[in-house]
Amino acid sequence: MSNLSYEESKKKVFKGLWLLAGVTVAEVLISLFGKGYIGGDIAHSVSWLIYIVGLAIITLSIYKAYFIIYEFMHMRYEVKTLAMSVLLPTVLLVWAIIAFFQEGGSWKARRQQIKEKNEQPAKQEGMLQDDPETIHLWG
Amino acid sequence: MASTDTALEKEVHQHGGDWSGGTEPFRISYGKLMMWYFLLSDAFTFAGFLIAYGALRFSSPTWPVPDYVFKTHPFGKTELPLIFVTVMSFLLIISSVTMVRAVQEGHRENRRGVVLWMLLTVLGGVGFLSCQGWEWTNLIGREHMSVTTNPFGTHTEAGVYLDENGKESEETFRAGSSYIMHKAAVVNDEHAEAAEGHGGESHAEAGDHGEESHAEGGEHHTMTVMKSELPMDKPGFYVDERGYIHRKFKTSEGISSGDVQIEAFGPSAFGALFFFITGFHGFHVLSGVVFLLIILINAASGLYVSRKNGYEMVEKIGLYWHFVDLVWVFVFLVFYLL
Repeated sequence: MSNLSYEESKKKVFKGLWLLAGVTVAEVLISLFGKGYIGGDIAHSVSWLIYIVGLAIITLSIYKAYFIIYEFMHMRYEVKTLAMSVLLPTVLLVWAIIAFFQEGGSWKARRQQIKEKNEQPAKQEGMLQDDPETIHLWG
Repeated sequence: MASTDTALEKEVHQHGGDWSGGTEPFRISYGKLMMWYFLLSDAFTFAGFLIAYGALRFSSPTWPVPDYVFKTHPFGKTELPLIFVTVMSFLLIISSVTMVRAVQEGHRENRRGVVLWMLLTVLGGVGFLSCQGWEWTNLIGREHMSVTTNPFGTHTEAGVYLDENGKESEETFRAGSSYIMHKAAVVNDEHAEAAEGHGGESHAEAGDHGEESHAEGGEHHTMTVMKSELPMDKPGFYVDERGYIHRKFKTSEGISSGDVQIEAFGPSAFGALFFFITGFHGFHVLSGVVFLLIILINAASGLYVSRKNGYEMVEKIGLYWHFVDLVWVFVFLVFYLL
């Protein structure tokens, strides 16, 4: 901003509007394609496509976030140490995302395991067989 | 033309007393720096919410498909997936751009420009809140989603719905198809008796609910039931104690192939996460609009003219407003696109 004239920076702002609008429309179209609304049945028949679609949408969203922070919030024109003091702590979120998504997947696996075990008949020689109340409690 | 550099130099001289020391740390005013750190902490709050959403979604065998849940649209259009929320996104993007313009006019010490562009920003914010109000009203009032109840479910196996006689109908679905459970109008018994006594009243009520269900695109089940009849088990569907209609279907694949099952509620965490996260964001938008209005009035009254610091207050609320847009980018991504 510092070395741009008023007219130039004004133009830049409206360019930013078209950029953000275009990226948003692209995201929605990709998402609708991934859900099978556009492009027919390809999305349902190719199983790995959903990962590509997800990755594309996430990348575009991160680009939007970068643009908003660096241009609209003027982070580009601040001192670099300021930018780092605000942006570096968010790297912790990378850990949080990996850790908690892993945890979520693990909950699902455990729940599935418990469900499968409940569906198996109790073993004949087991103690549980004789004690219906315990079966109920553990069931 | 006041560039940022000269504005900065002015600030150094003016605020030397408050933010004392020879030069300002990070060459930025105290207020703006603290706004940045507030936004950083707020980003962590939102990230916590969104990561909780992700973890619970990963832990659940099925999850409501967003383009099915959010396909409704005002003015009677119901089959436009994601279009309404895209309009909401555009409102926030546009109001973000008008905010940048307000900050630029502030740098030029142009009072009229600041007031005009801030006014447009406020309009964008109010428009967004109105859209969200409509979305919530629709989800709560018509589709009967609540913090603890999620009527949006997903089929895990392919199958076919049963008609009202318990026979297989033409209506089939595949694994991963979504459904919404409609709610019957539940009438108290005394109420129903009274209505019978007075004739027309009960008829009028059934008519009201019929219209409502038609409006939400449900081709199925517009019915009124008495409270004492619940739960009600019919060949084609089951109505639970609260009046939610669970349709019956026969699966045609998997180990339970050929079994007759009833529609179940979707994961209950969905409602709580949706209302808390979009509500927390909406609250940010609302408080942003309030602060924008306060600063707008101050700017219009000429308060910032005498400060001669390039309308720094407008810059600070601008940072906050862009942050609200930034959070929406991720709420939009997580709730609606993925």
